[in-house]
Amino acid sequence: MTQPGLLQQWVVVAAAAMLLIMFALLAQRHMRALLRWFALQGVLLALTSALVAFVAGVPELYVSALLALLLKGLVLPWLLWRIVLRLGVHREVEPLVNISVTLLLGAALVLFAFYVSLPIEKLSQLVTRNIIAIALACVLLSMLMMITRRKAITQVVAFLSLENALFFTATAATNGMPLVVEIGVAFDVLIAALIFGLFFFQIRRTFDSLDLEHLEEKP
Amino acid sequence: MNLWLWNLAEAVLMVGLAPLATALVKLFKARLQNRRGPSLLQSYRDLAKLFAKQPVLAEHASWIFRLAPYVIFAATALAAAIVPVILVAMPLTAAADVIALVALLALARFFTALAAMDVGTAFGGMGASREMTFAALSEPAMLMSIFVLSIAAHSTNLSAMIDTVLNSGLGLRPSLAFALAALVMVAIAETGRIPVDNPATHLELTMVHEAMILEYSGRYLALIEWANQIKLLLFATLLLNLFLPWGIAQDSSLVSVLIAAGAWLLKLLLLFALLSLFETWMAKMRIFRVPEYLGLAFLLAILGILSHYILEVGV
Repeated sequence: MTQPGLLQQWVVVAAAAMLLIMFALLAQRHMRALLRWFALQGVLLALTSALVAFVAGVPELYVSALLALLLKGLVLPWLLWRIVLRLGVHREVEPLVNISVTLLLGAALVLFAFYVSLPIEKLSQLVTRNIIAIALACVLLSMLMMITRRKAITQVVAFLSLENALFFTATAATNGMPLVVEIGVAFDVLIAALIFGLFFFQIRRTFDSLDLEHLEEKP
Repeated sequence: MNLWLWNLAEAVLMVGLAPLATALVKLFKARLQNRRGPSLLQSYRDLAKLFAKQPVLAEHASWIFRLAPYVIFAATALAAAIVPVILVAMPLTAAADVIALVALLALARFFTALAAMDVGTAFGGMGASREMTFAALSEPAMLMSIFVLSIAAHSTNLSAMIDTVLNSGLGLRPSLAFALAALVMVAIAETGRIPVDNPATHLELTMVHEAMILEYSGRYLALIEWANQIKLLLFATLLLNLFLPWGIAQDSSLVSVLIAAGAWLLKLLLLFALLSLFETWMAKMRIFRVPEYLGLAFLLAILGILSHYILEVGV
């Protein structure tokens, strides 16, 4: 095994931590722990961006790192936690599928992502090319989380972590998007979170519960 | 020939020091809980007392019940002889790889369960059923976590794995971190330490290992207890030498052996201090959560293998 540079190894470690956090999000039973892991994911994202900025010498990424830290590490989890408190749903996350099965499905998805991204990796010349598989796996894992949760609020956390994973992919695969796009996306996500909050209240006022089964049409 | 003697000496050392290691953990725990704790020789005294007593056999016990303690002790002691303790290259390690190690531990477990069911008490059957349920989950997790290293070393031989870790330099390797976490979780479950099983009680409804050996007494009980103490030392040594092998002797000169022995003892002391801290801090988990806990260990091991392939091979 060849020895890559120390900084690049740190990027690899960050990717592994990202994957671990995705699995931690999948395995959580409690709302509070879920949001804590979600905040940690935002912080890790900021660290990764700063790291890639340093390794690849792209100073714009520092700005996006700061943006990620403030928005995804602090503001979004805080907003969600406030909504959770006001709705009084801060207890258990209700999965549709048993958690151990979900985790095994997740492992299978990682394998699939690895298989799919093998040819892409061969084309890429970037320092971070081997992270593409992990990033793709994180996207798939958050999709899995979205379809296996019952409550609206957990699905929104899954959606936001999907956005985190995409952000991670962009940082890893292309050294970040143009700054204008990134700022735009960041604020879109913030607005989306606010709108989701409104939706939660609306859903609850109509059905007296956040369970999305009520939205399905009963025959 | 010389190396065989070293191997024998190491095995004797492991078997002989095992009661001391258990006593050490007990002492650390007692001190953390503001108790004075037993003397370090207490485990030896207990064993001597049990060996001197006449064993009492249940009326319906068959020859399996009497044979099992010897098999358990022999299998565990042999497993302890496979693990490299002070020297990396051992003849027995070359002869039996890590799969044989897991198989030996499985043999010991199989006989414990068999003996527990042999007497026909309710507790024995219950303990055996629980033990087998957990074993079905913990064995694959243990194999997977060690396979992370053997994939890197291209060998299932313990010495080759330790060599690879020693010579691959101080790289940051996430796969190793995953494997270490998985193996620590499995080791805690396998040795029956606190979040999974409580080693300090002899009668409670959630016990696993104690339920199986409830009918044993005298020298049979002594052998089983001793085998358990060896198992604790074995897992500790396996963890330390696979993941933190620095200091281990690569040749059999006296200086490097002395350094290796000192490093091993120091690392063991630290590990046991950590273990007792952890046990004081944690509460025992519900027995129905244990499969989930072991599933998590398995998942971590799989993540270790995947991240090895994804992140470390292509670099």
